[in-house]
Amino acid sequence: MDKKEERALAQRIVAEIVRLMADRAQPVRFMEVCGTHTVSIFRAGLRQILPESVELVSGPGCPVCVTPDDYMDKAIAYAKREDCIIATFGDMLKVPGTSSSLGEAQAEGADIRIVYSPLDSLKIAVENPDKKVVFLAVGFETTAPTAAAAVLAAQAQGLENFYVLSAHKLVSPALRMLLADPQVRVDGFILPGHVSVVTGTDVFAFLPREFHMPGVVTGFEPLQILRSIYRLARQVAEDKPRIENEYGSVVRREGNPAARSVLDRVYETVDACWRGIGRIPASGLQVKQAYRRFDIEAVLPLELPAQEKKTACRCGEVLRGIINPRECPLFGKACVPTHAVGPCMVSVEGVCAAWYKYGGGRFIYGK
Amino acid sequence: MENERITLAHGAGGKLSQELIEQVILPAFGNPLLNELHDGATVNMGGRVAFTTDSYVVKPLFFAGGNIGKLAVCGTVNDLAMTGAVPRYLSMGLILEEGFPFAELRQIVHTMKLAADEAGVYIVTGDTKVVGKGAADGIFINTAGIGDVIPGTHISPKRVEAGMDVILSGYIGDHAATIMAGRHGLELPASIQSDCAPLAGLTQAMLRAAPGIAVLRDPTRGGIAATLNEIAEQSHTGILLDEESIPVHPEVRGVCDILGFDPLYLANEGKLLAFTAPQDTAAVLAAMHAHRYGQDACVIGRVTAEARGQVGLQTSIGGIRVVDMPLGNLVPRIC
Repeated sequence: MDKKEERALAQRIVAEIVRLMADRAQPVRFMEVCGTHTVSIFRAGLRQILPESVELVSGPGCPVCVTPDDYMDKAIAYAKREDCIIATFGDMLKVPGTSSSLGEAQAEGADIRIVYSPLDSLKIAVENPDKKVVFLAVGFETTAPTAAAAVLAAQAQGLENFYVLSAHKLVSPALRMLLADPQVRVDGFILPGHVSVVTGTDVFAFLPREFHMPGVVTGFEPLQILRSIYRLARQVAEDKPRIENEYGSVVRREGNPAARSVLDRVYETVDACWRGIGRIPASGLQVKQAYRRFDIEAVLPLELPAQEKKTACRCGEVLRGIINPRECPLFGKACVPTHAVGPCMVSVEGVCAAWYKYGGGRFIYGK
Repeated sequence: MENERITLAHGAGGKLSQELIEQVILPAFGNPLLNELHDGATVNMGGRVAFTTDSYVVKPLFFAGGNIGKLAVCGTVNDLAMTGAVPRYLSMGLILEEGFPFAELRQIVHTMKLAADEAGVYIVTGDTKVVGKGAADGIFINTAGIGDVIPGTHISPKRVEAGMDVILSGYIGDHAATIMAGRHGLELPASIQSDCAPLAGLTQAMLRAAPGIAVLRDPTRGGIAATLNEIAEQSHTGILLDEESIPVHPEVRGVCDILGFDPLYLANEGKLLAFTAPQDTAAVLAAMHAHRYGQDACVIGRVTAEARGQVGLQTSIGGIRVVDMPLGNLVPRIC
């Protein structure tokens, strides 16, 4: 399909959405829960071609954004130890902890290496046998299996100086939490493609079953996202919520059992704290007993004083789609990407950063 | 000398400094003006003179399609070319880290010589300093350059007006994608390499075709997004781009998808943007298509009277979005 056909097809899909939503008293709200979707929607200017009857809101889909202060404080504390090297994805550097960031620790001399894959940190461990190499294991079901694979590889290689600091999170418990929150108003979920490759679609079956909530798994091309919005609109119009798969070429109902078995060997679910949202039952991953020697918190426990940070940042409400970023008093003023107060402004896939970068909700050229 | 490395003595101004100049620098760049080895060079220039300088620090030093030396010559040549000048003379300042291998220095200097020959410039004066281990990253290079501004041309963002066409000389992001793929251990096919090239020949051909070109700019750091934002702001006009018409190699798009970058923000080292009045566009494009560095040139957008100071992008799917000024370093994202 060439670009002209693609544009024509997009127009036809939008016309269908307009037709399906025509007689609704108020706009429907569809939430995406994946940072890559957030960015793709902005990049393609999708909001601009959608009718006013469809509102897109962003949920807690950016792993950096939901990583809590105290995790960053721990990472910074390990970074400051002479005997530790921190290996991390680049966008963790600027995430604020209670009073500092990894970037600041690095400027003060901490040894922090940016890696693209958890497996890269094994190489750092091999090259620095006298140091403890700590990989910051952050991310959803997408990245967790590679972190687990790194632990298994470290064991197979007999590496004794590789560790993870785990803050992996699971998507579906967060959706359950959102739906239990009376402040959150959502009429359907655009479900994450990458995550679903691992989890499969069955993990979202509770949405229609328990909450009468539509959900469509989709990929990252603008047309795929647009089609998923059409499918959600159709489910709403017919009042027949179910889980549909718009990313069938990649996502299977049962997911990727091999990746999940690696995950299950190394990790077990645990209650976890999400920044701005709070504790969500069984929504995090911790290293199982059998692999505890790779868990830096078990090997080198930290005693950090409980600190409280007071700010006017409203990331918590932004992450739940209760307010849009412009409604936060700090947005674009005290909180900008170069001086982020909240984590939603730090990551390129954070909701606030995307709003800031792409000119807000419905950007209209020249207005 | 082949296994030799740079020592602090090579920068001390004595016999070893002399040897470095005689055995590495002069064989590469020797010309009557440089051979004088005086404190400075004296040259004859015509009317208006363009003058620029830039410093080069890049990691890795060698990459597919070039090295730091090629960048140092092409970057300064291109800065001169974008002012509408014919580049004439360059200076070269080398800052070498103690222990830097001579073999690599020779290779870099050789590449500089080839790039200077292609651009038709002479390196007529220079300087070498050596700093202790750890005080520099192998080699840093500064070049400054002067050139004759072509009479009858007047390049200035203030001359940009609504209705003008925005021309891009070819595929964007190749340089940055090559460098980043190297840093992040991603494989790229051999067809993708840095686009580093001297553009003075191309700009001269374009200005011959249409002396009235309003702006020429090479979108290096920050990519075409940064350059176009600067021009929109300086000219107080809006710029509306058409996403479909912007050439990006699929491999570069692939690297961007993996690392979470946008090709519009990737650095180029051998591309240019031109703003032309619509009646000049066809002639400028024809001149570009006839030149090796402008074969893929095309119109990617136009200047508007709306949205002054802003750059907008009409997306492939029919939406529209703002293209903002980049903020700082690009860091790969977590999936």
